[in-house]
Parts: sequence; C-alpha cells; structure tokens
Amino acid sequence: MSEDIATLGEPVLAERRLNMIEAINEALDIMLVRDPDVIIMGEDVGYFGGVFRATAGLQAKHGKNRVFDTPISECGIIGVAVGMGAYGLRPVPEIQFADYIYPGLDQLISEAARLRYRSAGDYIAPITVRSPFGGGIFGGQTHSQSPEALFTHVAGLKTVIPATPHDAKGLLISAIEDNDPVIFFEPKRIYNGPFSGYYDKPVEPWKKHPDSVVPEGYYKIPLGKARTVREGEQLTVLAYGTMVHVAEAVCTSKGVDAEILDLRTLVPLDIKAIEASVEKTGRCLIVHEATRTSGFGAELSALVTERCFYHLEAPVERVTGFDTPYPHSLEWAYFPGPVRIGEAIDKLLKD
Amino acid sequence: MADPAKPGETNRPALSLHVPEPRYRPGDKADFSHIDIGNPGDQPRPDEGIHPSQMAGLAYGMVRVLGDDNQAHGPWNPRLSPDTLRAMLGHMALVRAFDERMFRGQRQGKTSFYMKCTGEEATSIAPAMALASDDMVFPSYRQQGILIARGYPLIDMINQIYSNKADKLKGRQLPIMYSSREHSFFSISGNLATQCPQAVGWAMASAARGDSRIAASWVGEGSTAEGDFHSACTFAAVYNAPVILNVVNNQWAISSFSGFAGAERTTFAARGLGYGIAALRVDGNDALACYAAAEWAANRARGNHGPTLIEYFTYRAEGHSTSDDPSGYRSAQEREEWPLGDPVTRLKNHLIAIGEWDEDRQAAMDLACAEQVKTTTKEAEKNGILGHGLHHPFHTMFEDVYEELPWHLEEQAEQAIRERITKFGTERPFG
Repeated sequence: MSEDIATLGEPVLAERRLNMIEAINEALDIMLVRDPDVIIMGEDVGYFGGVFRATAGLQAKHGKNRVFDTPISECGIIGVAVGMGAYGLRPVPEIQFADYIYPGLDQLISEAARLRYRSAGDYIAPITVRSPFGGGIFGGQTHSQSPEALFTHVAGLKTVIPATPHDAKGLLISAIEDNDPVIFFEPKRIYNGPFSGYYDKPVEPWKKHPDSVVPEGYYKIPLGKARTVREGEQLTVLAYGTMVHVAEAVCTSKGVDAEILDLRTLVPLDIKAIEASVEKTGRCLIVHEATRTSGFGAELSALVTERCFYHLEAPVERVTGFDTPYPHSLEWAYFPGPVRIGEAIDKLLKD
Repeated sequence: MADPAKPGETNRPALSLHVPEPRYRPGDKADFSHIDIGNPGDQPRPDEGIHPSQMAGLAYGMVRVLGDDNQAHGPWNPRLSPDTLRAMLGHMALVRAFDERMFRGQRQGKTSFYMKCTGEEATSIAPAMALASDDMVFPSYRQQGILIARGYPLIDMINQIYSNKADKLKGRQLPIMYSSREHSFFSISGNLATQCPQAVGWAMASAARGDSRIAASWVGEGSTAEGDFHSACTFAAVYNAPVILNVVNNQWAISSFSGFAGAERTTFAARGLGYGIAALRVDGNDALACYAAAEWAANRARGNHGPTLIEYFTYRAEGHSTSDDPSGYRSAQEREEWPLGDPVTRLKNHLIAIGEWDEDRQAAMDLACAEQVKTTTKEAEKNGILGHGLHHPFHTMFEDVYEELPWHLEEQAEQAIRERITKFGTERPFG
C-alpha cells in the first residue's frame, strides 16, 4: 500500500485509505457516538453487520438498542422509522437492496416525505434510508436496479448518491443530520473499487484512487453541492455514482477534454454548477445506469435545455441503461458502458 | 386465458370462487340474531402479564360490562367514579353535537368534507381516558373523540375543517386530518393503516429510551387488510413493543362489509393470536368495556408485557363520510336493529340507573353542547370558510416541503405569486 501511495506523490502519514464500505461504516459509527438519537436498523445489520458489512462491529460497540436486526418487511422498517422519528429519534434504516425498497414506498412517499408539510412542522421524519443500488455485480434483475428517479419525483424527499469513499462518509453524515428524509443510494459496484466500465479489465481497488483518502473523525459534505471531478472545455458530463468513474475512464481513453460533474445530490440539485459548466462547454452528456424513459436524465436534459439553450452547440445526449429489466447473463449488454458513452461523445463533438 | 382443465376430463371436482356478500342490502329486513354477543360480565379478566395463548377465548368472545339492566357486571367493570363517568358522557355528547354541526356545515358549503363517528364514540373516548394524556396516539380518521377527551380546543378543530386563515395546518390537509404534537396526537394520514407501524416504532423508541410512555393506534377493520397492519403486528410482537393496536370494527368500509377484510372466517381480534399478541374483542358500544380493555392493555404495555390488539365491535351508524350515501348498499334497518345499541344512550342509562344522572341533566347537557359548538363555529367562521377566499399566502404552499426551500421551490413560489398578481393585480385580495 505504501508503494501505491508513494506513486501518487502524497504524504504517507497524513493518509488513511478506506474503501466505500469502510467509509460508510465509519460515518455511521461517528454519528452513533455523536448523537444518542441515531439508531440503525435493517435486515441482517445487527450481530452480522450487514450483507455488505457496512454495519460491521456497530452493534457490538453501541448495543442492541442502537443497532438491531429487523423482520423482513420494508413496509415495517420504514413505517417504524417514521414513528421513531416522531418520537424524536434519528433513524438510519438500511434496505438491503434498492430493489427491495418498493414495499416501503407508501411509508416513504405518503408518510415520511409529507409529514412535515401535512402537520405544518408538528412532526418531522429525519430519516436516512441507506440502500445499495445499481448493477454490475451479476445481481440479476432483483439486485441491480437504480430506482432513484422514483424518489426524485417525490416532493419532500432528498436523494443522495456518493461516488467515492471520501464523499460517502461526508455525505452520509450530512444526510443523517438533515431534518428531512433522505434516500442514500450506495453504488454497490464501487463499494470496493472505482469501476471504470471496462469489465474485461482487472478490478482496481480504492487504495489507488485519490478519493479513497478519508479524513478521520467528523466532517460533512453539504447536500446539494456537486463535485467537479475534472475541469474541461469540450463538453460537460453530468453523472453520479458508478457512472462518474465510467464516464471519466471513457473520456480519458478517448482523449476528450471533458468537464465531469459528480452531482452527489439529485434533489436538491446543484443547478448553478450545471449551468456554469454547460454555459462554458456548450455541450452536455448525461449518464446514468437506470432505465432511460422517465429516468433522472430526462429531468437533467430538460433543465439544461430550458436554462442553457442558447449556449448549446449540440443537442443534449443521454446515455442510460436500456428500458428492460436488468438481465443476468447480458448484464454488460445492458450496462451503459464505454461503447455507448463513446458513441454519444462522438455524436456530441461531431459538429 | 389459459384453457381450463375441465372436471369431466379429470378426476378432480370443479372449483368455485367465493365472493363475500353481506346479509342485507337496501330494502332487506335486518336481523342480527346470528351474532353471538355473549352476556355482560361473563368474560374472565386475566392478569395483564398473561401469555397470549392462555387468553385465546377473549379474542373470540366479547368483553361486555353494561347489561340490559343498565348495571355494570363482572370482572371487567372498571369501577370508575361517577365524576369520571359523567366526564365520559360529556365528551361523547360533545362529539355527537360537534359531528352534527360539522356535517351540516359541509352540506351548507362551508367545507369540502366531513366524517362523523356516530355510534363509535366510545371506541375513541373511553380508550383516550384510560391512557395517560402524554401517551402517544396514532389515530385513523374517525377518532375526533380523542381530541375532545384530551381537551383540544374546538375552535382549532373547526378552523382546520374550514381550512381557514387560523387553520394550524395552513389549509394543507383535508378536513378532519388533525395534528397536535402538544396533545400527543399524531398527524392523521389519508393513507390507511400507515399509522400502525408508526405507532409501533414510536413505542419501540420509547422502550429503547427507558421512557414510561406508551403508544396506541386506531385502524378500521377494513384496512387491517393492508400490509402495514401486518407489519405493525410483526414488529410489535418481535420487539414486545409497548403499544395498543386498536381495530374499530364498525362493520363497513365505505360500501364493503367486514367480510371483505376476512370477517366471515374469524374475528379481527384473533389476528393478534397468530402473532403472539394479546387480543381482546370488546363490545365497542359499551364505554365501560372499552375503557376496561384499554386500561388492561395499557397496564400490560407499561409492565413490559408487550402489545395488545383490541377489536372494538361496533357499528358505523352513519355514512362513511359526507361523500357517501349508505342507502345505496346496506339496509336502512341495520342501525336500529344493531344488537349492541347506542353507546351514548347506554352510558347515560347506566348513570341514571346508579342514581348519578337524570334525563333533565342529560337534556341540559345536550343543549349546552349544541350551544358551545354553535358559538365556537360562529367564532371560527370569522377566520373564513373553505372556498371563500384564499386564506393562506401563496408562499406557504412551498414551505415545510423541506426544512429549507431549495432553489426549485423558490422559483416555483415566485411563479405562483406572479400568477396571483396576474389574476388579481398587485393588491392582495385575500389573506
């Protein structure tokens, strides 16, 4: 590890490299220590520490009243969290896979998201729902979905998606401290390394990536602020989660001088950062893994077109998953990988 | 459609689908003699720490206290003081007067919607009185009796129903969807049964904190079919939550009789037994029985013995809401033939029978309730009624969606205010 770090030319002692799971675990641990109202619950999150190990060690350290397993009932998990929030706790429920969140939708959409509004502030739902999402792990159609657009469509919910261990920790702490319900989707394909989209190449671990340097202790990354992954002049790429890394790898391999924005938060969206970048480059590529029709890319495309139209030199391009269930064996044919992104870039830069 | 496997071609008998049908439809003579209501005083009252399996009979029988002789019978008699009984009767009379007035207000166009709880007053007022005032309640939409019993100001209820400028919920909620944190009364949702797991979660939090307050939820028998109700039962049982899950079985869910929630097969109280939850089936028109059951369940919860499911067996004497006409689907005779009578009349007759009340005082009380509601209604009308003016500044429409307004809501708020000026000019006409 020290060799890798030396290669990057950064001071060895100041660095501490974590993968995304470790960063999330650390954020949860810190918040359990800082705020006695924080509780964690979900299927297999207690003694076992979660199927992805995100809550490993937390029950042993903080006790069963703070970190505990739940019945296999997403409706119950979210419903109980709403009640706990009304009591004054700050629940952080885990939904084991985003594909399983649907039985909890009524409690999220009609209850958590509306509670502050319908009670005129009498009651709030300061809940952070953590859930691994996205594909690329041969999860088949029930362990691969990206349902973020269902939640961005709901008034009252915030939707946050980190793309690096550093951001995962700071964004999760912000989400937990936020007094509104937050859907925190964790791109599980990049839990252990920043996936480039070239699935036929060896997997890179996080420790080679500069954003795996995670400061110790408490820090926050504000919700609603995008991250400029790299600056560029030729086009703007809007992406989040796994696709940030895939888009970056494609741009690098094609030698395109792209400005890549990692949106981090879909609602509230950092519209200023988007406008500034598109006005500078005049071209916009939107990338997400979710299905295309009514995906969040449609919203981004509309916003860019409405607000930056006279700066655009080419129609906005969307690169997304296909409008099919996530197929098991044809996963890489579904995935919006380097070929699909590359074609869209060529189209955008053609004139 | 798949080709059916015809019985003649196989050795198997033909299947048939059962679609439940209520016994009586409009024009039918109603007869409830098939309902076994048992006898007041017959049911045993076990210790609150009992294992649910040892009290299974109470999920199928019916806890009753008030007899046809208007006396209180048996071990479930809560032995309330005459003052408490009179207070209970007073709350019930006030709710009934309130319902009458609000129903008429809706018919007069003062608001869009109202829901009466006629015939079911005891199922909210008696349990509310058996709980501590800071125990948290998660009601459904027909528990206005809880707010009355907890002393919530009538004028705040009416302001909410009128969605006027004094409405504490800023005109955002359908009439009767009250909320009052101050009265430990959770915000009512129009989505049914969502409050059940929420009550369990609140109770779990209270237990995790070593608090002494418990939670209670109310749900209709119809919406026990929702997954939320069953999630609530599972979580309540798993974590031994200090919660009371009340099921108000008023026989009708709009036009669907209780058979569509499974009442042809078993009781609603019996649902609890499968989960290992203590279960009581109670005469919901007997205020003393309702009180005693809630008191038993509260004691059980406070003693860390776990949750209780209570089925209040009652009858929805009026339509589902102002938008409903029950003459289109059920026999008009049902109300008068209901074997468990009227809860207000029964409690009044009990107080008279024990020498603590009389018809003159009842008449005076009813008059005083009607006067109080009338006066308060006039007072509330000064704050406006629904549809006569836009009572709330447009910006309030965008507040409380989030703690702080994000840019897109600020932009939309500006648009809404611009539209108002376009329509009405710069002078603010309302609110």
